[in-house]
Amino acid sequence: MKPAAFEYFRASNAVQAVGLLQQYREAKILAGGQSLVPLMNFRLSRPSALVDISGITELARIVPTAHGLRLGALVRHQDLVDNPMVRETIPVLAEAAAHIGHWAVRNRGTVGGSLAHADPAAELPAVMVALGADIVVMDAEGERKIPARAFFVGFYTTTLGSDALIVAIEMPRPREPVGFYEVVRRHGDFALAGALVEAGESTGAVTWFGVTPAPVRMAWTALAEDEGLRRQQWERLTRDLDFAGDEAFRRPLAVTVAERAYQRARGGH
Amino acid sequence: MVETTRIELLVNGERLTADVEPRWSLADVLRHQLGLLGTHVGCEQGVCGACTVLLNGEPARSCLIFAVAVADGVAITTIEGMNRAEGMTPLQTALREHHGLQCGFCTPGMVLTAHALLTREPEADEGRIREALSGNLCRCTGYQFIVDAVAAARPAYRKEEP
Ligand SMILES: Cc1cc2nc3c(=O)[nH]c(=O)nc-3n(C[C@H](O)[C@H](O)[C@H](O)COP(=O)(O)OP(=O)(O)OC[C@H]3O[C@@H](n4cnc5c(N)ncnc54)[C@H](O)[C@@H]3O)c2cc1C
Ligand code: FES
Ligand code: FES
Repeated sequence: MKPAAFEYFRASNAVQAVGLLQQYREAKILAGGQSLVPLMNFRLSRPSALVDISGITELARIVPTAHGLRLGALVRHQDLVDNPMVRETIPVLAEAAAHIGHWAVRNRGTVGGSLAHADPAAELPAVMVALGADIVVMDAEGERKIPARAFFVGFYTTTLGSDALIVAIEMPRPREPVGFYEVVRRHGDFALAGALVEAGESTGAVTWFGVTPAPVRMAWTALAEDEGLRRQQWERLTRDLDFAGDEAFRRPLAVTVAERAYQRARGGH
Repeated sequence: MVETTRIELLVNGERLTADVEPRWSLADVLRHQLGLLGTHVGCEQGVCGACTVLLNGEPARSCLIFAVAVADGVAITTIEGMNRAEGMTPLQTALREHHGLQCGFCTPGMVLTAHALLTREPEADEGRIREALSGNLCRCTGYQFIVDAVAAARPAYRKEEP
């Protein structure tokens, strides 16, 4: 099918984009178009206006900070894979981004778009929750930061207002090794289940995605040396997860991805 | 009467103009406004890869890009831009020699994606070739012959890229 008609605006800076969102209440931001345009092509989404932010070059930068990195909202997934600073400072971010779709999708899709879209199976929202990133948001009131852990509410739902723009993501450098693992049917598909595990000496946390309506992070302490016992410990943690009605399928996957992410954090394969 | 906007696109090295509605995809504008029918349209949701074109040398889905949103000066390469005066490129010749196509529906996207890969990575191994082509679906060949053809075309890229 073809999209319904809309008015097209190209914003040349963030303030102008926010102004257009104020003025056109039914407008949507267009970033990489890799989630919005499929929905429009099938008329599952029919915004009356689009505010194209893809030309705002200030939003496409990756800048080092005292604590880690600041990613502009328009940084492309493939930039996260290729950028030496990302690979060095937050290797798990590059690794997770490499699992997003296919090359052509990663060349267009943006980090801000992925977070705003909030697909429950998306990699980047989970990375932001796991590492405790802050999402920098601009609306008519100005700029503010929303912790990623207070941003994702449920299926495709966030605390971002419809008149607000994500401008950047501030990411701390991880203090502990972080392992990433996901299960997919076919390379490039959305994950059936995935996890990031932060592995300190005797404490850490696991962040699941794809199994619940939004990423969930839980702390663990004193994991067993034995894999069998450890799997029982992961299983106990999954009892607090909301599997949205598909428990029999998702719980064992959740245990497996947590265990494998843990092994990767510990340097195994 | 829907309003159209005049846009200029740089396609295969040529500056072309078209009058477009904002909702028209780059794929549809290439096909219907500019008559470049080598860009195929399969799924219109980014999955099949048939509509793949190169933007400044990088593969992108032309079904997920509005033509009006293509930034000024971006170089678009379609399969029509892959012809040499003297005939087919080494990659295209390799596809023919290795039986890398049957119906040809996927072929433009395959050729452009493989060309972009080998331009960046003339030494790409079979794993990298498969990874890069994983976003291009083929219902005919079973992929192995396509992978073989791309691997066989590598020497041509080593020579071209100093
Ligand atoms: C075939 C295919 C496979 C894919 N596989 C995966 C996958 O495995 N994992 C994965 O995570 N994703 C996958 N994706 C989606 C991809 O990651 C998208 O790039 C991403 O979800 C959205 O980013 P975008 O820049 O394309 O956003 P757009 O499509 O432009 O926008 C998406 C939504 O976010 C809003 N938005 C965009 N930017 C901002 C901003 N700065 N501020 C406020 N709102 C904004 C838009 O208004 C829209 O509602 C896939 C897509 C395709 C087509
Ligand atoms: S038609 Fe564009 S990816 Fe299938
Ligand atoms: S040759 Fe027919 S789809 Fe690939």
